[in-house]
Amino acid sequence: MANFLVWVVWFFAAFACLASALAVVSFSNPFYSALALIGNLASLAVLYLLLSGEFVAAGQVLVYGGAVMVMFLFVIAYLGDRTDESPWSGGPSWQIVGAILAGGAILAEVCVVVGLKAGGFLSKPQHVGRSFGSPEALGRAFLTDHLLAFEVTSIVLLVAAVGGVVLGSHTRRESDARA
Amino acid sequence: MHGPDIQWYVVLSALLFTTGALGVMLRRNPLIILLSVEIMLNSANLLLIAMSRLHGGEDGQIFAISVMAVAAAEVVVGLGLIVALGRRNVELDVDKLRTLRG
Repeated sequence: MANFLVWVVWFFAAFACLASALAVVSFSNPFYSALALIGNLASLAVLYLLLSGEFVAAGQVLVYGGAVMVMFLFVIAYLGDRTDESPWSGGPSWQIVGAILAGGAILAEVCVVVGLKAGGFLSKPQHVGRSFGSPEALGRAFLTDHLLAFEVTSIVLLVAAVGGVVLGSHTRRESDARA
Repeated sequence: MHGPDIQWYVVLSALLFTTGALGVMLRRNPLIILLSVEIMLNSANLLLIAMSRLHGGEDGQIFAISVMAVAAAEVVVGLGLIVALGRRNVELDVDKLRTLRG
């Protein structure tokens, strides 16, 4: 019974995930695209929960669905609607054909490799304890085995924040000089 | 482990990645290109977490959290560039932003 329930939840989440991803790509208004991406991130968080990644799911909703998407929506609202592209007019038609062929090639490669090489390995997941993916376990892993990655991430975020400030203040000075 | 095997997650992740890649290749609005890049990063995250569950170690989840931090940094810089473009009142269309073309 529990197994059936997990399948049902998985199918709903996977369908929502793919549908909202297609919506992100095909809406012509970037505001609607950003709203669809929030649905995509939320359904991905459900899938993370099914994979017993509780902390990552919470981080996904807080950091991605919260902070990053608020930033996106703020910028989209700030810039207003200044593009009049129709959704699928990305350049000449050979470009569209090439893009679709490349996408299909990626998909076929992954399916063939998984089907040929890894099929047997992928169906025997390890048994994990109740603490798998908990904040405690992840925190211990971060502060012991992955301490370097943890510290480097903080530097990356600092550099990105400085970069954002520089990009913002530079253009302001220029527009002041022009005015 | 209840529910679907890891293959299902791999195929879902491949479909998501393809959707994001098509968005990057076909759309011309830089905002939507950034959103499509987010979809691609998230498909990689899904695969990392699925493999971490398969092998029973937390390393994949650590990777996924690092990817989230890098994605946040990427969004800050990308949106900063787009706002800088918007302040100059140029049209937001990557095909028309050809000043850097040699």
